[in-house]
Amino acid sequence: MTTLTETVARTRAVTAPQRVRRRLTSRVASAVAIVIAVLWTTPTFGLLLSSLRPEDQIKSTGWWTFFSDPQLTLENYQEVLFGTSSSSGQMMSFLINSIVITIPSVLLPLALSTFAAYALAWLPFRGREWIYIGVFALQIVPLQMALVPLLSFFSQGVEVFGLQVLPGWELEGSARFVQVWFAHTCFALPLGIFLIHNFMAELPGDLMEAARVDGATHGTILRKLVLPLVGPALATFGIFQFLWVWNDLLVALIFAGGTAETAPMTVRLAQMAGTKGNEWQRLTSGAFVSVVIPLAVFLSMQRYFVRGLLAGSVKG
Amino acid sequence: MSLPSRANRVTLLAGTIGLALAVTACGSTEPKPSASGGGSTSAECAAFDKYGKHDGKTVSIYSPIRDAEADLFQEAWKPFAKCTGMKITYEGTGEFEAQIQVRADGGNPPDIAFFPQPGLLERFAKAGKLKPASAEVKKLAEEGWSPDWAKYSTVDGTFYGAPLGASVKSFVWYSPKMFKEKGWTVPTTWDELMTLSGTIAGAGVKPWCAGIESGDATGWPATDWIEDILLREIGPEGYDEWVSHKLAFNDPKVVAAVDKVGAILKNDKFVNGGYGPVKSIASTAFQEGGVPITQGKCALHRQASFYANFWPEGTKVAEDGDVFAFYLPGNDPSKKPVLGAGEFVAAFTDRPEVQAVQAYLASAEFPNTRMKLGTYVSARKGVDTANAQNPIDKLSIEMLQDPDTVFRFDGSDLMPAAVGAGTFWKGMTDWINGKDTKTVLDYIEASWPKS
Repeated sequence: MTTLTETVARTRAVTAPQRVRRRLTSRVASAVAIVIAVLWTTPTFGLLLSSLRPEDQIKSTGWWTFFSDPQLTLENYQEVLFGTSSSSGQMMSFLINSIVITIPSVLLPLALSTFAAYALAWLPFRGREWIYIGVFALQIVPLQMALVPLLSFFSQGVEVFGLQVLPGWELEGSARFVQVWFAHTCFALPLGIFLIHNFMAELPGDLMEAARVDGATHGTILRKLVLPLVGPALATFGIFQFLWVWNDLLVALIFAGGTAETAPMTVRLAQMAGTKGNEWQRLTSGAFVSVVIPLAVFLSMQRYFVRGLLAGSVKG
Repeated sequence: MSLPSRANRVTLLAGTIGLALAVTACGSTEPKPSASGGGSTSAECAAFDKYGKHDGKTVSIYSPIRDAEADLFQEAWKPFAKCTGMKITYEGTGEFEAQIQVRADGGNPPDIAFFPQPGLLERFAKAGKLKPASAEVKKLAEEGWSPDWAKYSTVDGTFYGAPLGASVKSFVWYSPKMFKEKGWTVPTTWDELMTLSGTIAGAGVKPWCAGIESGDATGWPATDWIEDILLREIGPEGYDEWVSHKLAFNDPKVVAAVDKVGAILKNDKFVNGGYGPVKSIASTAFQEGGVPITQGKCALHRQASFYANFWPEGTKVAEDGDVFAFYLPGNDPSKKPVLGAGEFVAAFTDRPEVQAVQAYLASAEFPNTRMKLGTYVSARKGVDTANAQNPIDKLSIEMLQDPDTVFRFDGSDLMPAAVGAGTFWKGMTDWINGKDTKTVLDYIEASWPKS
């Protein structure tokens, strides 16, 4: 009886996606997809074209006039990337800041949430479910609510009933990167743990048991068994986190500040248009410079990205 | 019993680490400035002797001024910082209003902030976050600025900081070339201005152009228009009453002033030169509002002195050049109230080096140095107009320094943010888009905070 229902369920589960697939590969569907893709890409394409046009052209006419009056220049990129005065971009040095901020801000939450997810999924201890629900619930807390408390945690430390429990961090200059790493790690953990936990919990329990019987410790199981299997989930979360940190303006603005020492590219981009927005032509090329690295990362890792997204949702 | 002692031990440990960090931090920064400061106590530093020596000290400045202008500021105070031995870290941001609040609440405020809105300064002063200015800064401000200015950074009788830069808003930009060709003359009264507008319209050119689009601040250029006219119609005292809401926003006097602006901005014969009908004002970026003047498609554009930076490259800004500005006239040519804006230097800390920076910025030396580097306007007495980089700066400074000038600050920067940076902007945008004056003013009046 049970085997029968199982097979019925399985055949249905197989045919439903097949039907969807068949419909989605028809000519009409492809045409629709192409139209949508063109519509979505047009603004980006316009921005790219704008970034290559001379300043007075950008300011006076739309990018489509390029086709009737083609004028191209690399001056905007020159100014934004390698400008010698500190007002003209110098994106190169901010690019380095962005990288310095992003790499630890991706690796730290990745490592911590892997450990946490493993513990929550495969270590039996009391209150495990409640901790998991608590972590899950933390995703609801908007980041903006934590900004002021976190900032005062850094600058004044923690005081409980007049007793200084933790001193202020008193970070100055490039040491302020630590604040940004810390903040990004905090904000990333709930989603990271949730995502990776769901993936790990799907792994067959027999596998773990067999390994335990063979005398493997939790450390060995995590390293030799679990990590190779959850690769796509880690990649997915890694890409998510990378894009989020790379594009983040708010957290960097508050915890890294706007000085050339620590500010990432997004902060620079926001300042580049000038006090009254009269130099906005720089934003076109600036935006493209800032988009190059995430684009490269996404294109080189999109295989994992798609696989990871799907792998979590479909069982079996 | 064991818990507090353990906590104490942690505090002690953490304290020791913090102390060690602080000591190493000092150790690494101290030798550098004293070495350079000691070497150059020559003539160039003599001017800064009165500010004392602050070797190895750091002062942080937070400000809404960024990019090229910020560079010039930093260059201007470089000799001061070098001679006094201190380090000035500067941070300019486009999100000043929101960020300064977060940083102050988070216990991480800068030493000094340049407040562009007296209303915001007042809020921080009332919350007890700002430190009153030192006696010296107060003295410098009193001798340097007219009482009109000083009152904007005085809260409940306490003076918090001297003004810094200034901009004059009561300007109408025009093309001297075009005027000469067509035989038009610069008007000196409102009636003359309206007659001129009619003449220009008769010549087949829409006389006025305007743009009020400015992202989430869309509408502000229109509020400047209203303020300028209101200042002329009901006088400086009436204007003060309106700003402090002793005069209702939908008072008949205000309605009359707004309609007076409407005679230009909502008149399809007069606007929007180079762009289209009245409604195109709302969708034109303020940066581009006056550009049609250079193409001969528009003749007049009311905008502040800083608009000098927005003209397309190669436009000559001078009395005999491509574009220049005249004073927006009122009914009575003998009275010349000036609408303007500026920044105020207020401090969150009162360390000696912070007060030294404040005193330096309040002195006449700073604006003079700053003006030599690039376009800048200060309302301070003792600023030499010979240092002005362009004719419009010179004209602005002359207007601000004139003892007969009555100066009033941009009203929307003084009102509660809900109105001054909210419904007033939105209301004026609706007004341009076709709503009638009374409805709009009723809406703004209703949005004024009750408490």
